[in-house]
Amino acid sequence: MRFGIVVFPGSNCDEDAFHAAKTVFGQDADYLWHKDTDLKGADVVILPGGFAHGDYLRTGAMARFSPIMAAVRAFAERGGPVLGICNGFQILLESGLLPGAMLRNKGLKYRCEHVHVRVEQTDTPFTRAASVGQVLRIPIGHGEGNYFAPSDMLQRLEANRQVILRYTDPHGRLDDTANPNGSVNAIAGLCNERRNVVGMMPHPERACEPLLGGIDGRAIFESIVGTFRPADRFALQPSVVGSGVGDERSADQRSASLSGERHR
Amino acid sequence: MIDPQLLERHGLKPDEYERIVLFMGREPNLTELGIFSVMWSEHCSYKSSRVHLKTLPTEGPQVLQGPGENAGAVDIGDGLAAVFKIESHNHPSFIEPYQGAATGVGGIIRDIFTMGARPIALLNSLRFGALEVPGTRRLLEGVVAGIAGYGNSIGIPTVGGEIVFEPSYAGNPLVNVFCLGIAKASDIVKGVASGVGNSVYYVGAKTGRDGIHGATMASAEFDEKSAEKRPAVQVGDPFMEKLLLEACLEVMQTDALVGIQDMGAAGLTCSTTEMGSRGGAGVEIDVALVPQRETGMTPYEIMLSESQERMLLVAKPGREAEVERIFEKWDLHAVRIGHVTGDGLLRVKERGALVAEIPNRALTDEAPVYRRPMTEPEYLREVQQLDLDALPKKGPYPFFDHALLALLGSPTVASKRWVYRQYDHMVRTNTINLPGFGAGVVRIKGTDRALAMSVDGNGRYCYLDPYRGAMLAVAEAARNVACSGARPLAATNCLNFGNPERPAIMWQFAKAVEGIGAACRALDVPITGGNVSLYNETDGNAVYPTPTIGVVGLLEHADRVVGRRFQESGDAIILLGEGGGELGGTEYLKVMHDLVRGVPPALDLEAERALQALLVTLAAERLVRSAHDCSDGGLAVTVAECCFDTIGIGAEISVAADEVARDPQVNVTAALFGESASRVVISAVSEDVTRILERAAAARVPARVIGQTGGNRLRMAAGGEVVIDLSVDAAERAWSTAIEQYFVKRVA
Repeated sequence: MRFGIVVFPGSNCDEDAFHAAKTVFGQDADYLWHKDTDLKGADVVILPGGFAHGDYLRTGAMARFSPIMAAVRAFAERGGPVLGICNGFQILLESGLLPGAMLRNKGLKYRCEHVHVRVEQTDTPFTRAASVGQVLRIPIGHGEGNYFAPSDMLQRLEANRQVILRYTDPHGRLDDTANPNGSVNAIAGLCNERRNVVGMMPHPERACEPLLGGIDGRAIFESIVGTFRPADRFALQPSVVGSGVGDERSADQRSASLSGERHR
Repeated sequence: MIDPQLLERHGLKPDEYERIVLFMGREPNLTELGIFSVMWSEHCSYKSSRVHLKTLPTEGPQVLQGPGENAGAVDIGDGLAAVFKIESHNHPSFIEPYQGAATGVGGIIRDIFTMGARPIALLNSLRFGALEVPGTRRLLEGVVAGIAGYGNSIGIPTVGGEIVFEPSYAGNPLVNVFCLGIAKASDIVKGVASGVGNSVYYVGAKTGRDGIHGATMASAEFDEKSAEKRPAVQVGDPFMEKLLLEACLEVMQTDALVGIQDMGAAGLTCSTTEMGSRGGAGVEIDVALVPQRETGMTPYEIMLSESQERMLLVAKPGREAEVERIFEKWDLHAVRIGHVTGDGLLRVKERGALVAEIPNRALTDEAPVYRRPMTEPEYLREVQQLDLDALPKKGPYPFFDHALLALLGSPTVASKRWVYRQYDHMVRTNTINLPGFGAGVVRIKGTDRALAMSVDGNGRYCYLDPYRGAMLAVAEAARNVACSGARPLAATNCLNFGNPERPAIMWQFAKAVEGIGAACRALDVPITGGNVSLYNETDGNAVYPTPTIGVVGLLEHADRVVGRRFQESGDAIILLGEGGGELGGTEYLKVMHDLVRGVPPALDLEAERALQALLVTLAAERLVRSAHDCSDGGLAVTVAECCFDTIGIGAEISVAADEVARDPQVNVTAALFGESASRVVISAVSEDVTRILERAAAARVPARVIGQTGGNRLRMAAGGEVVIDLSVDAAERAWSTAIEQYFVKRVA
């Protein structure tokens, strides 16, 4: 399948998502420059982590106005799978593709460490390969991951089973000390009502290779890759794009693909 | 017009001014005086340090780029180069900790990508006063937040570092930042301007009045008026730098550039002069064309501004449009502000009218070089005296339990988790040895290899003996790299000292440089670049002489990386190297007796080299499961740290007592807490022990099994008697909460 990874100015986990999709999972992947208006035939769109537009004003607040977001929105409305990771999650919230908002972490500091999240729902394109109650050990890295929603919205989210990941201890038990940022109801990941748009604060792309100290993030990628059927294509016009290798030198491909050039 | 007060404000000495007049053949105007003052400042000219730095080894088959460029580079195989350097931002960080540290990170990152390398890792080495003092906590919080704020945003992981707390740094913290990047060896870009008529472009943030005379500030001591210098500290914008980084790397792939240089200290002045000088050319610019964010700026201010996130580049003829287009894509504007000339002059105009004209040579090669007077400091003989039998008796059993807990809870030794979890250390998905687990190690995607890096320094050792202390810093950094399984390749240094105009400080500096040279030669880690920070004094009190050494090493197989933690119960614990019962300058004396005395541990460079080679061999053959260097706190602390962050694996060891004093308690102390160099604690499955001991014997490295992992207690015997018996939990709690405890209460 074909991954489309959006690059905003200030995105910094774009190459990590690309590497996971391309090198670890052997899928096709393209970078989508934020000024672009089409998704180059992507079957799944990832909004990666980082600090889009410097996260000035509010995290994700500027990114929603980037031209690519109209295409992402249209793709989501057709039922296309969209995953926002970290800053990508924040952008989905600011764009209204997911409900709620982010506050600063309860400790007021940026936190980067491994945390445990419990899978709550498996009927989304990004959690299908996991089982309910499964605990995943995945890193976080954020200063504003304290998810907030007003109580009526929260009730609706829970009633609709839209909370798909919660911070827990290693045994899957809810515990205030295991909630790294103070998120309401320990929410670490969320989907929309239609269940095709998912946002999560932990970085699954950082936990896909044993060398990096854990592979629990694979469940997220395996969900989307393993259950993909060509009939699921949501893109308007799948275009044919060549592929390169995803490694440290992929900056070449990236700049080439960002400037609209096709590369082998 | 130019009077003594004006010269003093510019940090120029009367004889230096005479030299300027002599060289120019006339009096300089104010703009020219400003240009001279920054280029001849200690920070830019290295006028006090240069004669000593020339003695350092800088060559080797692995070195692709030695000192003189924006950063050094070494060959790491596969046609790739590791580009790295360390730099200080001490003075700005004291005045404004957040922005001072943030712009320090920004500056070193620019040095790396200026060379055409993509930055992939950061380290930092920090020094503060005692953590018990509230002012220290404000500085620590600010500096850490500044490093995090910049590094996290730009997306370069901070993969390691070190922090030391000593009263000596209370009035003058040290903030040294190291950055490493990867480039194709054939594509390294240099900071040269050449080709008469070629366009000189200005790219990045607009120029403001911030940071004017930053380089001069960094070349003077602090006093009670230093807070007034706050406007000389720049403000960083990591987002702008991220755009610059991506745009510059993209431009460099087009081969459309002649050269590029960042505008760091002394801003536009330094970049135009140095690029012209390196290319044997001149640069002419018109300051009216420089993008400005304030109105009414004078040529003087524009030339001396240290506004951040700015680059100067020279385009190849006919490629200008291509260059401009790439910057445009990133919403940056490349502005042509001048051209390269063939006359070797820095020529500055304002709307066509000449405002300054100085030969590059006068600013660079002809800058003053001082062979400053040196004398051995008076304190030295006195502080080197240490009578172990005169140490006051310390409480009865379980004295050693208390001592170990006290050392583990000393902020210098304790876990720095509170700090490093504020840094994104995993972005770019390369980090395979996380901070706190040994040297920082990042794999190189697309290859089997990984790079290990460590920054180390011990100001206390250098205070007691700068020559030996500096050697020990090189050895420790290289040893940490070797512990991870990587072969040390090269080094970078950051030399933090007091006022070089004082002979005792200059003596410390010269001795330290000698020590670095000796160790780098013996361990084959040439110095490829670095930075000197002098005048680290407040009200006449200098910091401990603190050379910080960054060493980079290559691991042939990333998956054979070794960390500090014990892996499994029942493994053998082996001590490589030998203890000599050395207590001089130790963390033990400092923590338990409030003493900074004695001579630092002896260092046999041949033994050190053999030890490091052995570590690399053992890792390559997958014979070791963990390796941890014995440093602050000695053997007892090292073994304890091997147990931490595991699932509570304990250890039981037994060693001989040393024979250094009449008092048996002191002899046990020396064995447990002495900091003899060239020692590493490793663990291995018991079946591999024989082979390890054979390899060690062949390498002439002393090695012996001192115990076994297992249980949930730390039991240590010295001289046949168990003197430490603690639960791993209790020990780990002391170690992991020591720094955090100062900050938890403040969180609402």
